Amino acid sequence: MSAIGCDVAIVGAGIVGAACAYECARRGLKVIVVDGEMIAAGATAAGMGHIVVMDDSEAQFAITRYSQRLWQELRPELPDDVEYDQCGTIWVADDEEEIEEVHRKQRLYAERGVPTEVLDARELRDLEPNLREGLVGGLLVPEDGVLYAPCAARFLMERAQRHGANVRVGCPVTRLEEGQVALGGSQIRADILVNAAGTSAPELTPGLPIRKRKGHLVITDRYPGFARHQLVELGYLKSAHTLTADSVAFNVQPRRTGQLLIGSSRQYGAEHSEVDHHMLLPMLRRAQQYMPGLGQMLMVRAWTGFRAATPDKLPLIGPWPPDKSVWLATGHEGLGITTSLGTGRILADCLTGVKPEIDIEPYLPSRTAREQVHA
Amino acid sequence: MPDRVVLTINGVTMEVQRGTTVANATVLAGQPCRTSAGGAPRGPLCGMGICFECRVIINGRLHCRSCQMLCEPGMDVRTDV
Amino acid sequence: MSGQMSSRGRRYFDVLVVGAGPAGMAAAISAAKCGLRVGTVDDNFHPGGQIWRTGSRGVPVAEAVRWFEAFERSGIDVLFGTRVFDQLERGVLLAETPLGISELGYGKLIIATGARERFLPFPGWTLPNVMGAGAVQAMVKHGLPIKGKRVVVAGSGPLLMAVSTYLLKMGARIPVISEQASWRSLARFAVALSGQRVKIGQALRLKMELARIPFSTSSWPVEAHGKDRVESVSIWRRGRVENIRCDYLACGFHLVPNTELASLIGCRIERGCVQVDDFQQTSITGTFCAGEPTGVGGVELALVEGQIAGLAAGERTAEACLLFRKRKRGMKVVSALEDAFRLREELRRLASSDTLVCRCEDVSFSRLQPYTAWRAAKLQTRCGMGPCQGRVCGPATQFLFNWNTESVRPPIFPVLVESWANLADKPNPEP
Repeated sequence: MSAIGCDVAIVGAGIVGAACAYECARRGLKVIVVDGEMIAAGATAAGMGHIVVMDDSEAQFAITRYSQRLWQELRPELPDDVEYDQCGTIWVADDEEEIEEVHRKQRLYAERGVPTEVLDARELRDLEPNLREGLVGGLLVPEDGVLYAPCAARFLMERAQRHGANVRVGCPVTRLEEGQVALGGSQIRADILVNAAGTSAPELTPGLPIRKRKGHLVITDRYPGFARHQLVELGYLKSAHTLTADSVAFNVQPRRTGQLLIGSSRQYGAEHSEVDHHMLLPMLRRAQQYMPGLGQMLMVRAWTGFRAATPDKLPLIGPWPPDKSVWLATGHEGLGITTSLGTGRILADCLTGVKPEIDIEPYLPSRTAREQVHA
Repeated sequence: MPDRVVLTINGVTMEVQRGTTVANATVLAGQPCRTSAGGAPRGPLCGMGICFECRVIINGRLHCRSCQMLCEPGMDVRTDV
Repeated sequence: MSGQMSSRGRRYFDVLVVGAGPAGMAAAISAAKCGLRVGTVDDNFHPGGQIWRTGSRGVPVAEAVRWFEAFERSGIDVLFGTRVFDQLERGVLLAETPLGISELGYGKLIIATGARERFLPFPGWTLPNVMGAGAVQAMVKHGLPIKGKRVVVAGSGPLLMAVSTYLLKMGARIPVISEQASWRSLARFAVALSGQRVKIGQALRLKMELARIPFSTSSWPVEAHGKDRVESVSIWRRGRVENIRCDYLACGFHLVPNTELASLIGCRIERGCVQVDDFQQTSITGTFCAGEPTGVGGVELALVEGQIAGLAAGERTAEACLLFRKRKRGMKVVSALEDAFRLREELRRLASSDTLVCRCEDVSFSRLQPYTAWRAAKLQTRCGMGPCQGRVCGPATQFLFNWNTESVRPPIFPVLVESWANLADKPNPEP
């Protein structure tokens, strides 16, 4: 059985795997990327492609903000089909409790140098006339953006290849351990194995605390100018918060084509990828409540995807203690696009002895191993 | 019921035989139905409502399949060219 | 038809027929004869489907008159302007109607969704007034003036001759019919149909009417020219390229079955056709399929398959068996058609690198060439992600690149967001 050798073997050609490949390859590491299907086959293809700062925890804020900055730096080099659009996010408030949340966020972001603007009801309607009347206000985060993730993943992968990375798609991986990636009839030997396989990660590294969290999305025909910013209800945070319940939240995103992307939903325990009416219908109904004009729009496609979710809502980035050759870059839940660049940078920094630019302790896989030990 | 229907296409008044589809009215008016994503003029392709090339704006509503709609009196049809 | 339904009503039928073309009409009539409560839905506003399209006056073609009369007399509930787009649960389909959304419950389902034209890309095919062959016929039936206009008819299949006959009758001038099949293929087709008296009669009548029109075999369109609309088309015929002035180019390459609904509800589909047993029942018990989705075979076959399906849905199997021999004869047409009008290799090379293949998203041929599979091409270029949902570019890419298009997801037809949203029973589930 022949074995190919390299420095870093990355399993998973989604946007996280692609970012890792790029960062490692351009530092001169010999990289091979393997995927059972193709580039961006999993959550990368299914998701909304947003680049947002989230502050559910300090650690989440740190990595989303860091990574968002990296996207801004990369922006001038992104080709057209990545459709990067710094449209900003408006967090929409429906009642006084949510307005308090607006102010809390504004203070938090101000302290950390993230520009924001508090909007009252009138300002909100001026910016987004198609939001329904009666909303109390919102928070504009102008540095957030959206992009078309499958093309972004391909771009990063192409960059990695230009620095000598080898990308092998259509090669299902059967084993990832002890310095070897087994691919059916052959093997890849590497000093470092990176599991960036998203929801498939636990199959390759047993014991990973990753669960699949299903989501639904709908895209409309072209209605240019209907929405100018990514729009999210503050209740989204409640939805993303809960670990067990199924939920929907208003989340609409304008694409550069003028199409509207409508989300979002979260559910556990659903294994099949078919559309679930009991999630999709309330999701659309909620979106219509926030933007009545959506009702009259033509809906062209609906689809589902699975997020890789961890118990503490933070990704797993770093060495996996039980096997010293295995590193993880997975568990990004709904923030994979945003934090992909940051993940790649952190991983490559660690592998090349460079001090990462943010504190990586909260993302280390050893935290879960510790929890297992203490359990 | 009158045999002729009067409607406007891009602001220009037209008279057509009752039973004429909006798609035909645009062809008669010498107007393409829409502009493609790449900026080119487009008209009906399949004639049976599945290709969506014949989309026009009718009374303010976007993306109406004009080959499946009959001209009605007073209709305001706009092509997005 | 019963009175106004509420904008969210559920209607129940013993037998629901989707499609009111010849197969659907025949199925509905037969099921109604069994004493069942039958409902038929169709996107159009008259029965007849494509081949028996009546035009806005609702007047059927001669051979269809008795079927239309029987359909009208049969007490069937017909829902026009209605598009099925989703399955809510087993036994309930969701449809969008002019009045809002409708839930259609049924005991038995008969899928008679017909076929659509296959379009292949070639330079200039996106110019206005380049349309399908059936498309030009449909447009003329709905009021497009064609008298004195020059129409080049091109592509493949018996539809070209049928369309040309109709256009001639309406006063069009047809400089040429350009059929990609070879003369030998067509001759074999005629031989295969011997014994089908109706077909031979039709063929002879057509031949006479078309005698004045140059009919070229082994011929195909090379490029459509024009600035804002088609002005001329270059045709490969008689060993060289000829440029022919025209007002319209009516071009379609035979037919592709509409299998989306069958696929959505899980019927087994092989080589693009819904698989059925002797009683037209699909792999799902209680769901039948008749007409072109089971294999493109023309009107006569669609009628007999529809009748069998309707009788079988009404459990009159003995009567259904009486039609088996007629159907068997009709099945010969299916394979004869496939054989005669098989698409030739040269058609794979008509598109130049900047010829658009996906018209919804404007994706060119060269952008698609690097991909070996439909899904990757879709994701990276968005080919097939537009409102046609791959109905135009799917069959084209299947022919050009041998890609397999995936299973379908709802909505199988673009519908308004509110058509789904208004169905939500409960308010937002509590987090």
